[in-house]
Amino acid sequence: MENKELSFYEEVKASGISRKEFLKFCTVMAAWLGLETSGVGQIVKALETKPRLPVIWFHFQECTCCSESFIRASHPIVANIVLDKISLDYQETLMAASGVQAEDAYKTVMAKYPGQYIVMVEGSIPTENEAYCCIGGRSALQILKEAVANSKAVVAWGNCASAGCVQAASPNPTGAKPVHKVISGKPVINVQGCPPIADVMAGVVVHLLTFDRIPQLDGLGRPKAFYSRRVHDTCYRRANFDAGLFVEAFDDEGAKRGYCLYKMGCKGPVTYNSCGIIKWNDGVSYPIQSGHPCIGCAEAGFWDNGPFYHHLPAIAGFGIETTADKIGVAVGLSAVAGVAGHAILTNIRKHREITNAPEAGSEIKTTKEE
Amino acid sequence: MRIRSVPMREVQVWELPVRIYHWVNALCVLTLCITGYVIGNPPAFMKGTEAYFNYWFGTVRFIHFVAAFVFFFNFLVRIYWGFVGNEFSRWYNFIPLKRCQWKEILTVIKVDVLQVTNKQIDSIGHNSLASLIYFITFLIFLMQCLTGFGMYAAMSNAFLPKLFAWVVPFLGGDIHVRQLHHILMWAFILFAIIHIYLVFYHDYIERRGVTSSMIGGWKYIEEDVIVRHENRTEECPKN
Repeated sequence: MENKELSFYEEVKASGISRKEFLKFCTVMAAWLGLETSGVGQIVKALETKPRLPVIWFHFQECTCCSESFIRASHPIVANIVLDKISLDYQETLMAASGVQAEDAYKTVMAKYPGQYIVMVEGSIPTENEAYCCIGGRSALQILKEAVANSKAVVAWGNCASAGCVQAASPNPTGAKPVHKVISGKPVINVQGCPPIADVMAGVVVHLLTFDRIPQLDGLGRPKAFYSRRVHDTCYRRANFDAGLFVEAFDDEGAKRGYCLYKMGCKGPVTYNSCGIIKWNDGVSYPIQSGHPCIGCAEAGFWDNGPFYHHLPAIAGFGIETTADKIGVAVGLSAVAGVAGHAILTNIRKHREITNAPEAGSEIKTTKEE
Repeated sequence: MRIRSVPMREVQVWELPVRIYHWVNALCVLTLCITGYVIGNPPAFMKGTEAYFNYWFGTVRFIHFVAAFVFFFNFLVRIYWGFVGNEFSRWYNFIPLKRCQWKEILTVIKVDVLQVTNKQIDSIGHNSLASLIYFITFLIFLMQCLTGFGMYAAMSNAFLPKLFAWVVPFLGGDIHVRQLHHILMWAFILFAIIHIYLVFYHDYIERRGVTSSMIGGWKYIEEDVIVRHENRTEECPKN
C-alpha cells in the first residue's frame, strides 16, 4: 500500500477490467449522481488521474450489513475499486491485517495523509458507557474522535451511523448516538438506509473522488442526489395510491393486482431513499415490488415508530396497537360525555332560573345577581 | 307568560373581516379534518379495477392541499386583524398577560365550567378563558401549518412551501412530522365539539345572542355591563 500512488483506473486495469467496463461504470455513476453528460468525462478523468482516496473504515455498534450491501454492488467494479483496490487502508471486516498490524495501518493513514483521508463509519457510538464498544482497548468514541480530528470528511454509512438505528431505539441501553451527534467540526455525510443501497454508497465515494468535495446534502445531512425524494414519490405503485386502490390484507385481491401498500403500513410516504429508482440486487427488485410495505429503514427512529404494518405509529405509553386515532376517538367521546354532563347541569340551573323569574308585569330586574 | 325585561344595548363586537375569517376557517377546518382523516385512513372501497380509471384519492389530497392554503392565508389575515381590528379582536385579548385576565379565567371556570357560583361575566367579546383557549388553538394552527407545509415542501418547488423545508429536519424526519400533524387533527375535532356546545351554552345562559353574533356581528349586552366597561378603572384591555 505504501507503493507508488496508483489511480483508480490503473488499479482496476491491473485487476483485468477492460476500458469498456470502466467507462460503463463511469456512465452508470454519472447517471446515479444525476450529473449531466459532461459529468461522465469528469468522472473518467478523475478516476484515471487522481490517486486513490485514503479511507479508514470503522465498525462500531452495527451488524456489518452496510459492508455486506456494499460488496454486493450491482456493478462489480464498485466492489473491486472501492473495497479491494483503492480505499481501504483500514477496514475491520475485510482487511487482512490484525492486531498490531491493523492498528499500524490506520495510524499510518492518519500520519501520512493528514487532512486528506476520509473516515467512513458503520455503526453507532455508545455514550452511556463507552466500554460497550471497544477495539484494541480503546472506546469507539476515543477512536472516532482521534481519527476524525485530521480527516477531510466523515461518511456515516447506514442508519446506525446516521441516526442510531436499532441500538438507539428505546430504551437505548448503550446510549447509542449517531456520528454527527458525537463529533463536530467535520462535514458528515449521512448515507441512510439499513443498509444503504450499494450503488448509493459507490456514488458517494465516486462523488468525493471526482469533485473533491462533499456532495450536496439535505437538512438531515443526506446526499440530495439519492435522498431528495420519498420512496413513495418514485414508487411504481403510486398510481394505485392516487386512484385510491389499496391492499388491505397480504392475500387479498388488491395484493394480487399490485395495489398500493399504504394501508399495510408502508412507510414509503415518509421515507427518503432511492429504492424505487436504483432498486436492489442489480436493479432486480425492492421491498414494495416484492409485495412488502416499506419499513422506513432510511429514516431516523424507524424502530420506535412501528408497528411496521400500521400506517400510523403507535403512541409510546399506550401499548403497541394504540394509534393516535384510537386515543383521539377516546378523547373525543369523553369530550362528548363531558359536554352532555355539563348540559344536564346547565339545564338544572336554567330551570331554577326560569322558575325564579318574575311573572309578566312585575318589576324589572336583572336575572343574574352581581 | 314569563317575561324578562333587561335593559340591553346592541354592541358591534365582530367586524366583517372577523366574521368572514370565522366562517372560512370553519369551512377549512371541516374540509381539512374530513380529507385529512381520509388521507390517514382511506377506505378501500374499490376492488377489481385498475389505477388508470380512478383518481379519487388524488382528488381528496388535492382538496386537502387547497383547503390548507386557504386556511393558512385566512389565518394570516386574522393575525393582521389582531393588530388593526376593534378592541374585541386585538391580539392582547388572547394572551393573558394581565392579572385581571387571570382573575376572569378563574371566575369563568367557577361560573361556566364548574357552575358552582352564578356571577355575571362582564366580557363583551370573548371572556378571558375563551381567549386563552383561542390563543392555544392559534398555536395549534401554527403547528399544523408548519407540519403540513413541512411535509408538502418535499414535493413542491413553489416558494411558499419551500419556506417550510426546515421543519422536517428540525423534527427529525417525516414520520414524526406526520404523526404530529395527525395528532393535532384531533385537537381540532375536540375543539369543535366543545366550541359548538359552548356557543349553545352561552346563548342559552347569557342570552346575549352569541350564536347570531357571528353572523350579524352584534351582541346584546346588558346596560350595566356596558357602563362598567366604559368606566373600567383597572388597566386591563378587557371588561
